Amino acid sequence: MRHIISIQLENEAGALSRVAGLFSARGFNIESLTVAATNDPTLSRMTIVSVGDDGIIEQIVKQVYKLVDVVKVTDLTATEHIERELLLVKISVAIDTQAKVDSQLDHFGAKIIDVAEDAYIVELAGKSQKINDFLNAFNAEQIIEVSRTGVTGVCQKI
Amino acid sequence: MKLNGAQILVNSLKKEGVSHIFGYPGGAVLHIYDALDACDEIKHILVRHEQGAAHGADGYARASGKCGVTLVTSGPGITNAVTGIATAYMDSIPMVIISGQVPSALIGNDAFQEVDAVGITRSCVKHNFLIKDISQIASTIKKAFHIATTGRPGPVLIDIPKDITIATIEEQSYPEKVEMRSYQVVGRADATQISTAATLIAQAKKPIIYAGGGCVIGNADQELREFTRNLGFPITQTLMGLGAYPATDKQSLGMLGMHGTYESNMAMHGSDCVIAVGARFDDRVTANIDKFCPTAKIIHIDIDPASISKNVAVDAPIVGDVKSVLVDLITAMKDRSTQNIDSWWQQIDKWRSVDSMAYANKPGVIKPQRVIEALYEVTKGQSIVTSDVGQHQMWAAQYYPFDEPRRWINSGGLGTMGFGLPAAMGAKLACPDLDVACVTGEGSIQMMTQELSTMLQYATPVKIINLNNGYLGMVRQWQEFFYEKRYSMSYMEALPDFVKLAESYGHMGIKVEQESDLIPALIEAFKQKDRTVFLDIITDSSENVFPMIPSGAGHNEMLLAGRDEMASTNDAGLNLV
Repeated sequence: MRHIISIQLENEAGALSRVAGLFSARGFNIESLTVAATNDPTLSRMTIVSVGDDGIIEQIVKQVYKLVDVVKVTDLTATEHIERELLLVKISVAIDTQAKVDSQLDHFGAKIIDVAEDAYIVELAGKSQKINDFLNAFNAEQIIEVSRTGVTGVCQKI
Repeated sequence: MKLNGAQILVNSLKKEGVSHIFGYPGGAVLHIYDALDACDEIKHILVRHEQGAAHGADGYARASGKCGVTLVTSGPGITNAVTGIATAYMDSIPMVIISGQVPSALIGNDAFQEVDAVGITRSCVKHNFLIKDISQIASTIKKAFHIATTGRPGPVLIDIPKDITIATIEEQSYPEKVEMRSYQVVGRADATQISTAATLIAQAKKPIIYAGGGCVIGNADQELREFTRNLGFPITQTLMGLGAYPATDKQSLGMLGMHGTYESNMAMHGSDCVIAVGARFDDRVTANIDKFCPTAKIIHIDIDPASISKNVAVDAPIVGDVKSVLVDLITAMKDRSTQNIDSWWQQIDKWRSVDSMAYANKPGVIKPQRVIEALYEVTKGQSIVTSDVGQHQMWAAQYYPFDEPRRWINSGGLGTMGFGLPAAMGAKLACPDLDVACVTGEGSIQMMTQELSTMLQYATPVKIINLNNGYLGMVRQWQEFFYEKRYSMSYMEALPDFVKLAESYGHMGIKVEQESDLIPALIEAFKQKDRTVFLDIITDSSENVFPMIPSGAGHNEMLLAGRDEMASTNDAGLNLV
């Protein structure tokens, strides 16, 4: 099952590679990984999406927590949570396809952030499933380049 | 007064009470060696290879219970030490390793003798640091010792660039304590976990205590004895736990696992309640995990929450320091009565009567098992015994009953050949009043013979018991069982004359080829209180380690010496690493 693991860790050089190294050394899988400083500049938040049965996820949480730089580990999937991912995509647009593309963008609430002669650069934030659905709404040849951030998330409990 | 970084580092080590450093100098650490030269409180042991430095500090730590300290230079200095660091990591041994680094401005430039020490060691240390400013030296050393010695112990590396050892700063007081929001030491266990486990213990009709290295590392041997004796339960110990409970005590069933006793493994298999104390369900202990303890409730005491339910699902976890957990359990059991387990003991005594450690003597050859028994007799069971890795390691564990903790020192987790000799040197420095024997083989010893030179320089008299069968014995044994006797690269040709080798290093050497010479040679060796003696003992080249749980089998499917027809091929054996 897919889990979103949220990790607060010391914002220090090498902290990221400790976590990433642990995943590769122990054979845990990483679907996506995002990391940035938090409102406390000495702390980073890393969000990792991983797939595994309950035993593997339990091991991931415990092994990550064991790292000396890690302050807190939460399996967001185990609680009420909000997850978002940001997509930047270049979509080719021709005169005969523009109307259809525009309507898809409207439908998904995607935003055009740059327009070239024959392409848009579009941004869309949402759950990973929504981003998948959005991309699937286009033909493969319409999608020129895709860049996704991977999932970040927060626990809903204040 | 202004001090340079090297002086601050050495002063910090003094504040940590460091008495011995095992190391080797080089360009990046010259300032540190200069500061050490002016320091009388710390004795530096100049090894001959950095792997020996790490194993020496490790042996010192295991024998003394203190933190071992290693100092190496950048580049090859630290890469040579990595095997020793990984060895300590796998067995949870407290160590601080200081490695020199090229000057800060050169880091990343592929400078002479530069490696990414922090990157290379990341997966085999508990934690590591790269010092970036002279003001961090003292606080980093304080943190390193704290992390290495608390919780589940382990090696901590400090990488220090040369320019930082040269820079100067006004002398500061050494930090009194460590505060790290990201590192909390596990202490006493939760009361609910204790009472849940106590209830299971009270219901057990076929209990067994399975004690591991955590009982030794956690200094919980006295508590383990009280707990075990109060309950009257049988106890088995892992390779790493030997000595935590007296092997000669009637409640002790000996070692369990791949080469454990029949009674230990059968009792594990038949048990209805396994109490794992500071053990981690290693694959060499559990055998086939699908067949492991099919009828038992499992209680698992461990300081490391990540160890719990890692390999085996646990019914009653107890996360805590093993010593305090045992104290709490002893108290909890005072309010509870336990079941009558007489019939369980009768069953165990039947298994015991199989006498799985029996072996047949053969005229004209020296049996390796007999050598270990003779070593036990001559040292009256009071020696520290280190070992290398292979058949001799198993025979030492099987035939030398340890009654005290920190007497049996071996590389159980990583299985590092070459560990035994430098570890013996470290143990002798930690415990100069105890005899120290290094049980080894002609394969393992050749990985570290250069340390014979160090042992002469620092007068660390160790008795080397070389079980010389001319083969990489454990490899040969597996090839015999699982590879149709194709002895690929397991025969050691062109062995040196070990007696002359020892003599050339200024030690004493004795070759033993007749069993009648065995005891006299051992007596002669141990009479030499201030000399290292190399006993090169020619043993039966075809002997195998029994009993054995073959690959894919459960605890109840052991092979016993001379009693089971061993198939010459066993496909299942190929699956075992």
